[in-house]
Amino acid sequence: MSKLGLITKGIVKDNPTFVLVLGMCPTLATTTSAMNGLEMGLATMFVLILSNIVVSLVAPMVPDKVRIPVYIVIIATFVTVLQLMMQAFVPDVYETLGLFIPLIVVNCIVLGRAEAFANKNSVVDSALDGIGIGIGFTLSLTVIGIVREILGSGSVFGWKFIPGDGILAFVMAPGAFMVLGYLMVLFNKYLAKK
Amino acid sequence: MEYILIIISAIFVNNILLAQFLGICPFLGVSNKLSTATGMSGAVCFVITLATVVTYLLNNYLLVPFGLEFLQTISFILVIAALVQMVEIVLKKISPSLYQALGIFLPLITTNCAVLGVALTVVTKEMAFGGPAHMMNLGEATVYAFATSLGYGLAMCLFAGLREHLAMNDVPKAFKGLPIALITVSIMAMAFLGFSGIV
Repeated sequence: MSKLGLITKGIVKDNPTFVLVLGMCPTLATTTSAMNGLEMGLATMFVLILSNIVVSLVAPMVPDKVRIPVYIVIIATFVTVLQLMMQAFVPDVYETLGLFIPLIVVNCIVLGRAEAFANKNSVVDSALDGIGIGIGFTLSLTVIGIVREILGSGSVFGWKFIPGDGILAFVMAPGAFMVLGYLMVLFNKYLAKK
Repeated sequence: MEYILIIISAIFVNNILLAQFLGICPFLGVSNKLSTATGMSGAVCFVITLATVVTYLLNNYLLVPFGLEFLQTISFILVIAALVQMVEIVLKKISPSLYQALGIFLPLITTNCAVLGVALTVVTKEMAFGGPAHMMNLGEATVYAFATSLGYGLAMCLFAGLREHLAMNDVPKAFKGLPIALITVSIMAMAFLGFSGIV
């Protein structure tokens, strides 16, 4: 696969949210607004790229039997780094995303890419794969966030253009499931047409 | 009284699946049949309660005294992974029938974010159950973890029942599979919102 293909495949073909359906918990929980979705996507992308790089470096040295625990420790290390950095530089973002930052450790996308891609590809390819899947995840989260923010509070990225309160349910739990469900339908329709 | 409030709030008001979005992947993955859903719920219930007690003790008697709270994430996930492995070995020895029943669900639980989520919530978040907000003590934490996992089981089994019926219906092609399941969960979550006034 070409280097460019590695980066763009996460957007449609291997989209982690709509096609692979991985990492549903942060997808549903943090997309109450477009900004939150974007921030969560970027945080996950950071861990994804770094863990992909390190996993591809250490993979030849790790015995097959203990590889999953080793990958989890690598991922958890970068998540801790991310937590400390976010607490230092963007404490209010850390506060909003809350529990879902440490939970990147158990996000199946990160472990999934380590297991399915990084452990049998070169460092550069793994880094590009991390960037590609990261972009796909960030885009999906932002789109869900935009839809929920428009319906729920009549604004996009905090810019209010529909006066009034909006439909509260879309900011709350039921709206998350519903928006994801309908976006998945649109995505399926689009894929079927292609 | 406080324990009753914890139980009601963890099962209905702040249902871990429908209000907190933890453990969605296995929820969508194994809810095709009621029997597998009950198996998974049983295994999750067992591991969440056990893992919360162990990580609570680890946090309060090892990490906090030495000022190592930043190691919470990494040490908790290791404890959970080891615990799941141990539970598997012990169950195999003392209760082969239960081991058979839980089967493949046990190893899957390590990556269930509900387990790590509850363990982290208990040690990092102040909760108010009819009184002032405070950090939970061991008793409250255990009851909270157990009740949360019961809530997980409840939502999972209800949804599996709905999904068994969904499978027999003729839905539009683009809605088949996950999309219609997600929309069903959405309606279930709406129903659970009705509990929010209780506590």
